[in-house]
Amino acid sequence: MHWNSFSDFLHMGGYGLYVWGSFGIAALGMVLEPLLVARQRRVTLARLARQWRAERLEKTPEETTPSPGEAP
Amino acid sequence: MLRLIAAIIARDLRLALRRPADLVAVLFFFVIVASLFPLGVGPETALLRQLAPGVLWVGALLATLLSLPRLFADDFRDGTLEQLALSPHPLGLMVLGKVIAHWLCAGLPLALLAPVLGLQFDLSADALWVLTFSILLGTPALSGIGAIGAGLTLGLRGGGVLLSLLVLPLYIPVLIFGAGAVEATVSGLGAGAHLSLLAALTVGGVVFAPWAAALALKIALE
Amino acid sequence: MNWFKFSAPSTFYPLAGRLIPWFAALAALFGGVGLWIGLVVAPTDFQQGEAYRIIFIHVGAAWMSMFIYLVMAFWGGMGLAFKTRLSGMMTEALAPTGTMFAFLSLWTGALWGRPTWGAWWIWDARLTSSLILLFLYIGFIALTRAIDDPRRADRAGAVLLLVGVVNVPIIYFSVQWWNTLHQPASLSVGKGSSMAAIMLWGMLLCTVAMWMYSIALTLARVRTIILVRERHTDWVRALLAALPAQNSR
Repeated sequence: MHWNSFSDFLHMGGYGLYVWGSFGIAALGMVLEPLLVARQRRVTLARLARQWRAERLEKTPEETTPSPGEAP
Repeated sequence: MLRLIAAIIARDLRLALRRPADLVAVLFFFVIVASLFPLGVGPETALLRQLAPGVLWVGALLATLLSLPRLFADDFRDGTLEQLALSPHPLGLMVLGKVIAHWLCAGLPLALLAPVLGLQFDLSADALWVLTFSILLGTPALSGIGAIGAGLTLGLRGGGVLLSLLVLPLYIPVLIFGAGAVEATVSGLGAGAHLSLLAALTVGGVVFAPWAAALALKIALE
Repeated sequence: MNWFKFSAPSTFYPLAGRLIPWFAALAALFGGVGLWIGLVVAPTDFQQGEAYRIIFIHVGAAWMSMFIYLVMAFWGGMGLAFKTRLSGMMTEALAPTGTMFAFLSLWTGALWGRPTWGAWWIWDARLTSSLILLFLYIGFIALTRAIDDPRRADRAGAVLLLVGVVNVPIIYFSVQWWNTLHQPASLSVGKGSSMAAIMLWGMLLCTVAMWMYSIALTLARVRTIILVRERHTDWVRALLAALPAQNSR
């Protein structure tokens, strides 16, 4: 173990701002990006499923009651 | 083959001369940009002499960039480009013709105008010669690389901004050696090495870029 | 083994789904060990003090930004040559991660340069070409987003990637040459050859972690892109039909 105390670790021999500024932004980017990708996937899946259902309704309108928001 | 290229050049020049205002606007842009810098940084001749190579080269580069969107746009709109792409001749050669025509309309007049603007920056006679020669030598590469960008962005909304985003990073080597040649002359080092590298870039740009641009055009026309 | 079989989006989609957890786990494992070595175990550098610890992420980010661009150019070339559908989807999926690493390498480089050289930025060949690389990434994304037809977007993007890949070395060497004329070796950018083995291990592990991270994230992103582009095919429709309808309103 290289550090004597946790505050020593944060201080980084006087370079804390530079070191943690780098690691912080890297961590932020590498956490935010997967979250964004996951959100994109959820949104896309919901949109595609909605489109698919709308298409199916259009093809067989007699089976279901026409919804008011249906595109012509 | 040469006759084909010559025919394309002649046709493009005729079309360009039919609308001289476009040509003149590009030249005026160069004049205005070059004149703004002394007003911005102050009239000290020593400072201006130091800035001149970079400022004049960046000005020439941006002026070339401004004239790029029209390289294919008119032919695209009236369907000529599609005819050219369908003809049995290789599209790359025809793009080469258009690149040469573009250089005759943009690079050549810019190079001839540059020494006049160089006088504003108190450049020596030697430096003025090298400035003219380096712009003459470097602008064909700018036209060639620019043709790739113009082909890729053909017919897109916001194409002009996009074009500069794509093309400007690729212009950096030409800028470095072009401005470097003038600067080397100003500081008495001799411009030979810079000019030969600039010539190499131009040969590469003129030989390879038209084929990449032709590929880009084919993709855009599909 | 038939590699072309996997380049069909319908086979690649489930394969990617199965691979993602493995790469994500590897990324976490290597990243954890690498960071532990880099931040806790590795000793202080006698020249740069603790500031040198930035290179544990800087080097990996810089390598990944270059490597991802090469991989994109490879896929772009494949797409132009063989017209495989997957190629364009791969370039589209790789670009945001590459852009992030290009940005990270510049950001951490500036934060490393300030205490080490006393300047946030110098016009050195390596720094300048990293900046140009970021511009090339942004140009690629801007171009492909501006084109509505995905087929044209893929192919135009591929041409741009190939032109860029030819240009990056030219830019690097021209800036280097220009730089030696302007700054006669006042600042040396060398990392110092005598690097302790433990530091090298930390750096290597962090780089491998970023590599695994990029693969996992690209696979995740390409899965979404596949769904969008193949939404009219039977297999995607079957997949959508099987979805639970909790999203419907």
